[in-house]
Amino acid sequence: MKLTSTQNGGKLTLTISGELDHHEARALCVEMEERIEEVLPRDCVLDLRELRFMDSSGIAVILKVYKHMNALGGRLTVINVPDQPLRVLDASGIDRMIEITAGEPGS
Amino acid sequence: MKELNSMRLEFPSRSANEGFARAAVAAFAAQLDMTLTELGDVKTAVSEAVTNCIVHAYPDMIGTVHMRVRIVDEETLEIQVKDKGRGIEDVDRAREPLFTTGGEDRSGMGFTIMESFMDDVKVRSKPGAGTTVTMRKKIEKRLPAR
Ligand SMILES: Nc1ncnc2c1ncn2[C@@H]1O[C@H](COP(=O)(O)OP(=O)(O)OP(=O)(O)O)[C@@H](O)[C@H]1O
Ligand SMILES: [Mg+2]
Repeated sequence: MKLTSTQNGGKLTLTISGELDHHEARALCVEMEERIEEVLPRDCVLDLRELRFMDSSGIAVILKVYKHMNALGGRLTVINVPDQPLRVLDASGIDRMIEITAGEPGS
Repeated sequence: MKELNSMRLEFPSRSANEGFARAAVAAFAAQLDMTLTELGDVKTAVSEAVTNCIVHAYPDMIGTVHMRVRIVDEETLEIQVKDKGRGIEDVDRAREPLFTTGGEDRSGMGFTIMESFMDDVKVRSKPGAGTTVTMRKKIEKRLPAR
C-alpha cells in the first residue's frame, strides 16, 4: 500500500496503490488525514487507478476522508475506480453521498 | 452433493493474514476457470469473512481462523470461515446493511457485500462459542477459448 499526493492550487490529489483492507486501513487513514491537514484543500481527489483490491474497510476510509473534507467545507471526488473496488462501492451505496467515477471525471 | 476437491487452512487472527487468505483461496479456485469479476467477488467475500473473525470474533486476543474451501457439484465454490470467538447475539440484525458494533473504523457492510457477491451465505453463531460463515458461489461454465 502506497500513498502519493500532488497539489495543484486548492486541489489535492491522493493516489492510493496496492490493496486496501483492514490490515492497511489505519496507517493509510492517518497518512491521508495528515496530508489533508497540511494542505487544507478545497478539493480533494482520490485517484484509485492503482488500487488492486479493496473491501469494506475501504468504504470506512473513504467515508472518513469525506467527513474530513465536509468539516473543512471542501469537496471529495473519487476517480479512476477499477472494476473490483467499483463493485464494492456500488454494493455499499456510498455513491449516493460521494461523487464516484470509474474513469477520468467528465469522460 | 459431490465433492471434487477441497482444502483447509488455519491461521492466527493477525491482520497480515487477510491478504494471505484472499490469495490462497484465489489460487485454489483457479482450477474453476472463473472470470476476473467472479474471482474479484470471491476474494472480496473471503476478505470480509476473515476480517470479521480478526476484528469482531477475537477483539482483544489472537485466536485461530479456520477455513475450508471445497469445489462441489462440478462448478460450485464453497467457502467456510470459522472462529471460536465471541459469537453474535442476533445474527439477523448483524446481517442488516450498516449494522456494526465496530464504530468509526467499520461501515457495517461486510455481510451485505458477502450476500451480494456470493449466491448463498449462511451464518451460524453462538455467543461465547463462535461463528461459522458458509458461502457458495456457482461458477458459470464458459465456452472454451478458441
Ligand atoms: N465472526 C464474528 N464474530 C463476532 N461478531 C461478528 C462476526 N462477524 C460479524 N460480527 C458482528 O456483525 C456485525 C456486522 O458485520 P459486518 O461485516 O456486516 O459489518 P462490520 O464488520 O461491522 O463492518 P465492515 O464489514 O463494513 O467493516 C459486526 O459489527 C459484528 O458485531
Ligand atoms: Mg465486517
